[in-house]
Amino acid sequence: MADYALELKDLRKSFGKTEIIRGVNLAVTAGERVGIIGPNGAGKSTLFNLISGRFEPSSGDVLLGGQRINGKKPFEINRLGLSRSFQITNIFPKLSVFENLRCGVLWALGYKYTFLKFLADLDDANERAEELMQMIKLDKKRDVLAINLAYAEQRALEIGLTIAGAAKVILLDEPTAGMSKSETGSFIKLIKDVTVGKTLLTVEHDMDVVFGLADKIAVLVYGEVLAFDVPEAVRANPRVQDAYLGSVVADSQASLIS
Amino acid sequence: MTMQYYQFKPLNVGRWIIWSLFALVLAVVPMVFTSSLSHTMLSQMGIAIIVCLSYNMLLGQGGMLSFGHAVYSGMGSFLAIHTLNLVSKGSLPLPVSLIPIVGGLSAVLVAVILGWVTTKKAATPFAMITLGVGELVWSSALMFPEFFGGEGGVSGNRVTGSKPFGITYGPQIELYYLIALYTIICTALMFAFTRTPLGRMLNAVRDNPERVAFVGYDTQMVRYIAFIIAAFFAGISGGLAALNFEIVTSEVVSGYRSGAYLLFTFLGGATFFFGPIIGGIVMVLAFVLLSEFTKAWLLYLGLIFLFMVMYAPGGIASLVMMNLRVAAFGKLRQLWVSYLALTACALVLLVGAGAMIEMVYHLQLSTTVGSELKFLGIALNAHSLNSWFGSAFVMLTGLGLFELTRRQFAREWSEIQEYIEKESKRREAL
Repeated sequence: MADYALELKDLRKSFGKTEIIRGVNLAVTAGERVGIIGPNGAGKSTLFNLISGRFEPSSGDVLLGGQRINGKKPFEINRLGLSRSFQITNIFPKLSVFENLRCGVLWALGYKYTFLKFLADLDDANERAEELMQMIKLDKKRDVLAINLAYAEQRALEIGLTIAGAAKVILLDEPTAGMSKSETGSFIKLIKDVTVGKTLLTVEHDMDVVFGLADKIAVLVYGEVLAFDVPEAVRANPRVQDAYLGSVVADSQASLIS
Repeated sequence: MTMQYYQFKPLNVGRWIIWSLFALVLAVVPMVFTSSLSHTMLSQMGIAIIVCLSYNMLLGQGGMLSFGHAVYSGMGSFLAIHTLNLVSKGSLPLPVSLIPIVGGLSAVLVAVILGWVTTKKAATPFAMITLGVGELVWSSALMFPEFFGGEGGVSGNRVTGSKPFGITYGPQIELYYLIALYTIICTALMFAFTRTPLGRMLNAVRDNPERVAFVGYDTQMVRYIAFIIAAFFAGISGGLAALNFEIVTSEVVSGYRSGAYLLFTFLGGATFFFGPIIGGIVMVLAFVLLSEFTKAWLLYLGLIFLFMVMYAPGGIASLVMMNLRVAAFGKLRQLWVSYLALTACALVLLVGAGAMIEMVYHLQLSTTVGSELKFLGIALNAHSLNSWFGSAFVMLTGLGLFELTRRQFAREWSEIQEYIEKESKRREAL
């Protein structure tokens, strides 16, 4: 059981009387890349917010490496080895690319709240930030303020900031949102490169992206996991096909009413 | 290991020059301005610089708009003056030069307790809580006269204790050099803070608290520790003030004082480290000189503040930096004429407005001495239509001319900015 990097057990979340996540079970093995797909309003982002501690689940459990993390605060969950990116770019706008990444590595390297050491003297943090900057191909923009970067560069910085710490489980919320087709291709490759050896969960709208990136795909429809399998099997699954044609959605609504 | 290019830290010549100059100015300035008034003012400037810099740790670096920073400088003052009195009684063998540290440490103690509540929230709730805590402390100052000294305050005598090298701190100049020493050390320490992990994470908390949580930091803890450190320096400033004035009244913890810190830190410029240094200097100039010059000084101050918030929200420091940038591209010379014209028109406007303001104040406050008054050597009569008409005419002329020159200036300014943008892009491409 503890072999799973991330495990969701009968996870539920309601806002008022509306249940958005309706009993999600999902077990992700370490090193797996999982794509989460589903129609708009299926609860993909809510699911991410539950896992990363932004929201507290109404019931059910989230286990990270076998340890219960529901109810913990985002920074505690991050310290336990889970990191996430955001659909809307969420970086430090008034800090340079280098400073952004250095902020990302400080806690993981054990510097905590220290004010008795100079940043310039922290060789390991500086080297790691430089290394990350090369990984996300922003080393030429080292001292540019994040707010002045092009959109695709900001998205890359978002990924860089997400992988900067020591997190083993990475959640990416629509990493390619708002990018052009040509940018997306190289960006997928970048994501693959920088997350080698890590467990990855990605929410994506673009089917090409998901099928290009994921080892396994989870289909989320109306707060429930409809299918969780390798891409070929998911593609062949008639229920999934129906869901995207809309009939399963209509069915589940009908069953809700009755 | 190969040398990497970010390891340039030991030989930052520019920084050494600036700090040496700062120390030199602090050392030499009382020899240039030798009157006792200027020594008093210089001492107060040192105190104000420390407290404004400490306030900017919250405002500029942490995005925390505090309305209660005087609580920490003020509590530092009170504990310092009580400590001084203990030293005078002979029950505490502490050199007077270390009493500001006592002020700092007692402010830390207060911030450890009150700051825990205050920093639970950020943004507007934070501001509201600081306001509440400030009111709380100020009202307790009236309730506990044993500690706060009631209306008369607590007084002390700084000429006491051991006298190393014959320094008694009796003459103002000896105290000035103590204050100058504290000023440069505190400024250096606060600058160093901006270069530490906590200092940087404080900037991150200001810009995007949510993301900070997702890189492993507890934003509340970052704010709390920074708040305590800011209180430490505020307390040192308070301790120095206690030594300087030798009396501490409840006014030092008032919201009025907190407001002044906010106002002048903002006026100096919260977005640059050195902004509050300018702010502190301007604060003393305004409080000591402007208040001597006119009864309506608070009104003028309010107008200046209004003007700055509307047209230069980055404060004086940002104006300086923008013009330095223009100068770096060799374009400042083009603006001289405009600047001169703007200043001249602003002066005309100010003379007109000033005459009217002074007449209103005269009518309200000094009617017993008649309706005649002198303004800049001109005899005005607050009851005569001529005086009012003349003043209004001068003011409106100034206003019109100012608006015309301002438009011209704005055109030139944006042209230069465009040029700089292009030029820096070109240089980047090289």
